Amino acid sequence: MSGSKSLALHAGAIALLFALNFVLPEYHHGVFARVMVLAVFAMGYNFLFGYAGLLSLGHAMFFAAGMYGAGLTMLHLGWSAPVGFVAGVASGAVLAVGIGLLALRTTGVAFMIVTMMFAQVIYLTILYFSQWTRGDEGLVLDRQLRSFDIGGLHVDLADPATRYMTALLLFSVVLLITLRFVSAPFGRVLVAIRENEMRTTMLGYDVFANKLGAVIVSGAICAAAGAAYALLFGHVGATFASVQYSILPLLWVLLGGAATTLGPIVGTLFMYYVVDITSGYTSAYLLIVGVALIGLVLFFPKGVLGTARDRWARWLP
Amino acid sequence: MSFGPHLFLASLEGLVTAAVLALTALGLSLVFGVMRIVNVAHGEFFMLGAVIAWWVASLLGGHPAVGFLAALIISPLIVGAIAFAAERLVLRRLEYNPEATIVATIGLLYILQQLALSLYGADARPVEAPFNYRVLLPWFGYSGYKLAVIAASALLILATWLVLTRTRIGLVMRATQYDRETAQAFGIPVDRVYGGVFALGAMLAAVAAVLIVPIQQAHYLMGRDPLLLSFIVVIIGGLGSLRGTLIAALLIGLSDGIISVFFSPTLAKMIATLLVALVLVFRPTGLFGTAVK
Repeated sequence: MSGSKSLALHAGAIALLFALNFVLPEYHHGVFARVMVLAVFAMGYNFLFGYAGLLSLGHAMFFAAGMYGAGLTMLHLGWSAPVGFVAGVASGAVLAVGIGLLALRTTGVAFMIVTMMFAQVIYLTILYFSQWTRGDEGLVLDRQLRSFDIGGLHVDLADPATRYMTALLLFSVVLLITLRFVSAPFGRVLVAIRENEMRTTMLGYDVFANKLGAVIVSGAICAAAGAAYALLFGHVGATFASVQYSILPLLWVLLGGAATTLGPIVGTLFMYYVVDITSGYTSAYLLIVGVALIGLVLFFPKGVLGTARDRWARWLP
Repeated sequence: MSFGPHLFLASLEGLVTAAVLALTALGLSLVFGVMRIVNVAHGEFFMLGAVIAWWVASLLGGHPAVGFLAALIISPLIVGAIAFAAERLVLRRLEYNPEATIVATIGLLYILQQLALSLYGADARPVEAPFNYRVLLPWFGYSGYKLAVIAASALLILATWLVLTRTRIGLVMRATQYDRETAQAFGIPVDRVYGGVFALGAMLAAVAAVLIVPIQQAHYLMGRDPLLLSFIVVIIGGLGSLRGTLIAALLIGLSDGIISVFFSPTLAKMIATLLVALVLVFRPTGLFGTAVK
């Protein structure tokens, strides 16, 4: 019963986003495409933070791994866009294996600091190898690089409608993957680890392996978002690897509701528009972000959908 | 210059970095040790210290020393008050839950940074050093002010150490650190101690910043590097270990100074960050982190 309800909800959300493609004005059409890609980033983050309860402050490195994995191979090796995307996701997954093996030896606050430091190393690495990455300036993938032929069909990712649909496709796939995972045994074990790690160990689960799995899935999803961002918007830059981009998905997830499948998109969409609208009046958008973070942890620790689940809809996944 | 003097100069520069870093990290370490929370906004308290120092010095005018000395007193007090208010209004209500406080201090970081940008602007501005005296060393003349910074920082650290180990306030703080509940049972107002420790930590960062503004101008983004470096120092030194914090600050400051002179600064930072992350991975208690449970 609740399964069909939640399936209907997710299908409805995807259908709504699909329909919006035809009615949104040009500017908001672009915003929604961007928000969907960033929401994928947030969903990847949520996978680790919300479900496994691991607070990372270094997820920008996975986003950047996807971004540079796609961008660098396409620019310097001449790989086509789909292959570049796969390369991006693979870079993120490989990085996640390494980072997971090291960082998961620590717990709690130490885990947070270690991930932040590894992310900082990646950020500095990007700046250091500026002859390939062009450092702060970043790389531009021009339109020609971003279009390709597949099965006799010409796809131009710079075209707004194609861009929107590609973002929606990625979003839907990741959403359904998350939905599937969290109801599967793997996701349940992660929640058990979040709630009581000792007890989960005692019950005979391999906590480390499950956490590592979570880091890898999370890293790969975030890398997919990064690669998609590079492909759809043609820009690859070191800013996306900075500490700020590790903090943003945390903010989006907290706002929408950690450990809810649709929370990330709700949070991302809301925050994107809050910043967008307020920056029309004032340039002080960091102030808004700061106040939002403090307000959230103080008064609204479960976020929009988390609160909704507690009060009205117990079946929300 | 040949290699020897070059190395000597690099070490001196490294010592100045180490002195300021030790003070900043000491503040973070105190908060980390006593309250068991990570203050991500620590670098912004450092930045505020510098920015307020510029403000005070430029308001006063007159001889540079007057403005500087006034800044050295007023700036930490204001920063301490801000930190105290933040602790009372936000952190206390979160009941010092580690994750929630991290998120809240990130919020605080953004708020302080934006306020500095809006009220102070994006320019980097200097505060004039209280005196301009060059000490003649065998190979080159060196800024007397920089040497004074090293001395001042050493004195302040000594003072902090005396307060921690020899006074009642220090005793209360250590008691709170070792066992919060027992301390409470013995009538120590743990709650107020926390507010004080948080303010004290921020004030140490602010003092460090006032000392550095004559050398390195005040800028609204200047809190980033001290934050990361302080994290590094606190972790290498071991949680809550004063001795460890000092040794680690010397280690990081000197190596940063020397590597930056002989190699690229970006590479130096990269290597240092990576090494520290690995220290934390393989030795989570740090080099001297046995004192605290």
